[in-house]
Amino acid sequence: MFAYYLQLGLHSLRRNPLLTALMVFGIALGIGTSMTSLTVFYLMGSDPIPWKSDKLHAVQLDNWSAEEPYRAPNEPPDQVTYLDANALMQASKADLQAAMFKVVWPLQPENPEIKPYSAMGRATYTDFFAMFEPPFKYGGPWDRAQDKENARVVVLSRNTNEKLFGGEDSTGKKVRLNEIDYTVVGVLDKWQQRVKYYDLTNGAFNDPEEYYVPFTTAVELKTRASGNNSCWEASPKPGWEGYLASDCVWIQFWVQLDSPARVAEYHSFLDNYVNEQKKLGRFPRPLNNRLPDVNAWIVDQRVVPSDAKIQVGLSFAFLIVCLVNTVGLLLAKFTRKSGEIGLRRALGATRGQLFMQHLVEAGVIGVSGGLIGLVLTWFGLMAVRGLYADLNNVAHLDWFMVLTSVALSIAAAVLAGLFPTWKACQITPATQLKT
Amino acid sequence: MLKMNHLSKVYRTHLIETHALRDFSIHVREGEFVAVTGPSGSGKTTFLNIAGLLEEFSGGEFWIDGVDVRGMNDDQRSRLRNEKIGFIFQGFNLIPDLNLFDNVDVPLRYRGFDAAERKRRIEENLTRVGLASRMKHYPAELSGGQQQRVAIARALAGSPRLLLADEPTGNLDSLMARGVMELLEEINRQGTTIIMVTHDPELAARAQRNVHVIDGQVTDFESEPQLRAPAHGSDTAAAVA
Repeated sequence: MFAYYLQLGLHSLRRNPLLTALMVFGIALGIGTSMTSLTVFYLMGSDPIPWKSDKLHAVQLDNWSAEEPYRAPNEPPDQVTYLDANALMQASKADLQAAMFKVVWPLQPENPEIKPYSAMGRATYTDFFAMFEPPFKYGGPWDRAQDKENARVVVLSRNTNEKLFGGEDSTGKKVRLNEIDYTVVGVLDKWQQRVKYYDLTNGAFNDPEEYYVPFTTAVELKTRASGNNSCWEASPKPGWEGYLASDCVWIQFWVQLDSPARVAEYHSFLDNYVNEQKKLGRFPRPLNNRLPDVNAWIVDQRVVPSDAKIQVGLSFAFLIVCLVNTVGLLLAKFTRKSGEIGLRRALGATRGQLFMQHLVEAGVIGVSGGLIGLVLTWFGLMAVRGLYADLNNVAHLDWFMVLTSVALSIAAAVLAGLFPTWKACQITPATQLKT
Repeated sequence: MLKMNHLSKVYRTHLIETHALRDFSIHVREGEFVAVTGPSGSGKTTFLNIAGLLEEFSGGEFWIDGVDVRGMNDDQRSRLRNEKIGFIFQGFNLIPDLNLFDNVDVPLRYRGFDAAERKRRIEENLTRVGLASRMKHYPAELSGGQQQRVAIARALAGSPRLLLADEPTGNLDSLMARGVMELLEEINRQGTTIIMVTHDPELAARAQRNVHVIDGQVTDFESEPQLRAPAHGSDTAAAVA
């Protein structure tokens, strides 16, 4: 019978194209608006590395002032000091670990046709690549020995490699950064993350880096971080050495821990480490070390702003308005069909059969509205990308959201159709058949 | 075929009660052609609606083809209506945006016949009413008489035991009315019981038996259908209690 109901539904919708268009467009508009904001909201907060997000943990050590927390009510800093980063890397207690910070160096291409430009990079350890799994097109990461040797090596992003070497395999070639030549050991393939979760300090939705160099090399070259730097007391000594010895936080520190037991072990290690530091006069606050995994980190760091939630709420309120409008139009349509409904009852249709028939008709409106709504969502996301460059990575439709849109529109239309359908099925057939 | 004993139907609003049928008793035997006559508002159509299970009754007893209708739920009544009763309305009540084939198909869909069986029945019944060549036409392309013939084909497609006709020629001119009436007589001769509500004494006279309704009660009837030349030469013995 479903095929028959579908056939009748399509027939009925063709009978009054204007009314049908109004209903379909109403739902499409509601779906387009709500799905645009929901897609951005969903992608902002969705798991960026689902296959291992529970294994990757940000390290937070509360080295802040005894007088006040880093952030109310009692949040530890979101970065660590050089002292602690260095100690944790030396201890090497995690399965993988990487300290890192953002650098901006002038990049001086060999090709005289390309002017030098300021390029954003990341100073980190080789484990970064194994932890966050950027895909390599050519070569691979540097090794641990090169980390220790402060080697002049670099991994380029795909874009940088295309810009400097026309996309060819550039491993073994030199790239000049801030007047120093680095040997290319690897070139990444396309790596566009929705959320740059490993460093949220300068915005969650920034583009990935243009190059990666060893952390130790950047420190040796006295490179200051181009990201956030937060201090709660003056450095004990002046100059670069004083900066490294200070309690200023400017380094992101991530570890990979492959089991809950390893997480517990590492947490215990951190507590012991901080207790030892307390004996040296550091860490004046009570123990407050944290190891949030990727998803907890995204929530803690408020990657999804509260106004995005309000926006989603408002857009769904608009969808409800559109649905109320559809309820009214369906009521009018089904009321006009009461003669036919009465006739079908007289010819043997049960209330249940008529209910299903009209729900299928409402479903057809929902599917049509959903498909047009998807197109409107696509345009909506394009507008979001045009208006907010920083949302480029999250204003895209994915399959999950496409299916959600269609399911939502069918559910919305069926919901809108329930009352008019129920009302239509309550008519007494006898009153509709007399002319 | 149809038996009602002391049936009543009361319409109630918060202000008034209207007795559409009171102590209404009738017995229509299989194969009969009964005309129900009476002035407007007398309860003829209410009787027909209750007989067709389109309305519920307030009191009394009612059997169709030996089945006690009291206590049946809506689905059971729909099934019984679909299997045993065919309707012919004054206004034809065809669905305007379905062609003749699809119009006749409607009751068969709810009966659950497969596609081949539905096609066979639709073609057979449209042929029977002389419209087989116009299966793909729409109701608006037909005359009133032809539309009523389609309605008859639709009513007959499910092979009902009982045909209920409410002023079947009320919207037709005399020539078309005669054609429709001859078709009904032919159907009755082939064994289908027909109850026809009509204002037209000439049509009523062509039925085997007349039942006159006034103020919701049967006031006059012919207990000897044999007195009039029967449309169907059976041993029908009408009894109106």
